[in-house]
Amino acid sequence: MSANLTLLIVMGVLYAVGIYLLLERSLTRVLLGLMLLANATNILLLATGGYAGLAPIFSKDIPAGEYNDPLPQAFILTSIVISFAVTSFMLGLIYRSWLLARRDDIQDDAEDRKVAAQGSFDAEEDADIDLDTTEFDEPAKNDNKTGKGRGTR
Amino acid sequence: MNIADLAPLAVAVPFLGAAVAFMLIRHPRAQQTVSISAVALTLALEAVLLASVWTTGASAVHLGGWLPPFGIVMVVDQLSSLLLVVSSAVSLAVLVYATGQGAADGEDKGPVSVFHPTYLILVAGVSNAFLAGDLFNLYVGFEILLTASYVLMTLGGTGERIRAGVTYVVVSVVSSMLFLIAIAMIYAATGTITLADLAVKLGQLEPGTQIMLHLLLLVAFGIKAAVFPLSFWLPDSYPTAPAPVTAVFAGLLTKVGVYAIIRTETLLFPGGSLDTLLMVVALLTMLVGILGAVAQTDIKRMLSFTLVSHIGYMVFGVAMSSVVGLGAAVFYVIHHITVQTSLFMVTGLIERRGGTSSIDRLGGLAKLSPLLGVLYFIPAMNLAGIPPFSGFLGKLGLLQAGVTLGTPLAYVLVAGGVVASLLTLLAVARVWNKAFWRSPADAVNPDPVLLAAMGAVAGRPGTKGAGTSGTKAAARGAAVQGPVGVLPRMMVGSTMGLVALGVALTVFAGPLFALAGQGARDMLDRQAYITAVMGPQEGGQ
Repeated sequence: MSANLTLLIVMGVLYAVGIYLLLERSLTRVLLGLMLLANATNILLLATGGYAGLAPIFSKDIPAGEYNDPLPQAFILTSIVISFAVTSFMLGLIYRSWLLARRDDIQDDAEDRKVAAQGSFDAEEDADIDLDTTEFDEPAKNDNKTGKGRGTR
Repeated sequence: MNIADLAPLAVAVPFLGAAVAFMLIRHPRAQQTVSISAVALTLALEAVLLASVWTTGASAVHLGGWLPPFGIVMVVDQLSSLLLVVSSAVSLAVLVYATGQGAADGEDKGPVSVFHPTYLILVAGVSNAFLAGDLFNLYVGFEILLTASYVLMTLGGTGERIRAGVTYVVVSVVSSMLFLIAIAMIYAATGTITLADLAVKLGQLEPGTQIMLHLLLLVAFGIKAAVFPLSFWLPDSYPTAPAPVTAVFAGLLTKVGVYAIIRTETLLFPGGSLDTLLMVVALLTMLVGILGAVAQTDIKRMLSFTLVSHIGYMVFGVAMSSVVGLGAAVFYVIHHITVQTSLFMVTGLIERRGGTSSIDRLGGLAKLSPLLGVLYFIPAMNLAGIPPFSGFLGKLGLLQAGVTLGTPLAYVLVAGGVVASLLTLLAVARVWNKAFWRSPADAVNPDPVLLAAMGAVAGRPGTKGAGTSGTKAAARGAAVQGPVGVLPRMMVGSTMGLVALGVALTVFAGPLFALAGQGARDMLDRQAYITAVMGPQEGGQ
């Protein structure tokens, strides 16, 4: 099987650029990155179909062995439809995000920041509990303690 | 005619229901009736399918009459039909819950009317993924359910949901892209995508190629199933969605990923060449997930982290590639779908009653609504694995399989599983102590809605200790929320139904374990599946 080198190089470049854009923080660039990745994947699928230049559509004169594999093309069609839907939905999300926050950025998760900022000490769970001495009152000990306290002061 | 020939209807019925529900978008009552009856019909159909494959094993439907390696195949076996029935039962409960919530809030118009059709499409996507007999149909099933989930995730389009939705969509699209790349590579290597055909042909490839394809598939499914290094998107995005949506996502979406991992490990790449990797990943998933859960103050976030953690148990079961381990993993998937969904539904009820899902601001719910306390307590103990609940039985099966395997790594995982289970108990007990048992006056900053509800129950404004500020807050809460404290009957009813299903899993654990074990034996043997799809050796009529 011979592969189309130009197409493969284009695929590689598309993947590289797509991943680079995907790692940006700006939403529009992320979307562009996803679109490039989808197209690169479509080219990859096309490459799995075998030789270029064979007959794509049935005709009575062509022997059975000289047809292009139709299955990858069906995959590509499905994948184009899906990425079209997802792209338009993403555009809607990005526009909404722009309307609400006026920023074309991925926003931080406020609750996550809150959890990260809290210390390991939880006042309610970890604080020393005051001894409840109302029931077992031992005046001698108490006097002793307060006396000590006064003494150190 | 074979009963299994009805399988495509499990996808078609929800789709038709979605179309009708979409046309009835101006008639909320009729729309609700249509969507609930569509899911109920699907559930009945799948129950029939389950009954028919219970003893006979795998059975295949060739759509359009195309012969196996060329056409689209749908396969029903014990695993897929069991998951279909449980997922539809859970979807039905959540749908009733959401309808009750919508009716109570009077959300007749606006973006929420798109909920019912989208929800049905989600159900159809899940059914399609479970029934798919070839990789590309599995991909399409994933895309259907993911696209529906994008819409449900961002319902209403508030700032917080959009923020979480963007992350969710990008991560999901990247994982689908990886899956598609894997399909392209596999097609290039073997020239087929039918699972049963691949089961034979993948084994003939060079070991290096096999490992590459295997890893590509596992990474793609690992993102969808939220396995540890690929799980960070989940606790970030799930908690922001509306309560019923989070409930159904937590129950179903990650489990479809787990299902795909099970199929990859048993049917496509048997022999467990990557079992060690899967075990390490399972251990990390269990521990990292549960440590995250312990740190959270928001109930929904806490539950999302436990969801990640418990995916680790299922991966552990799959990684053992033994009949006992795989059977226990299948049982655990069923248990976890039911319990996790009911916990999220209860959290929705807590939010209605107490005004918030942050445990810093809740208190006294056990006094306010004892029924709510019971509804939380049962699935929470079930999740933590307290005997005699199904969570305990599932974990026991997994630990037994681990000890039987007997390698040092398996023992480490057994220990890790016990630790994760204890920490789960700690996390759910913390919620119980803070939200249900303490007095609301002890909360750092009690929610006004909660105080108003407490006041209404006690028959006087405010609560003891809250003083005049409590009274003011109560009045404010009452003004914001209207009549406080009445939980819609449909929401409570559906939650009760699902909690009861969770308990029923305990009661019927014997037959279920037997079925899961039989399914696991057939999966590891593979012959029944391959024969059902490809026909007896000759591969044709």
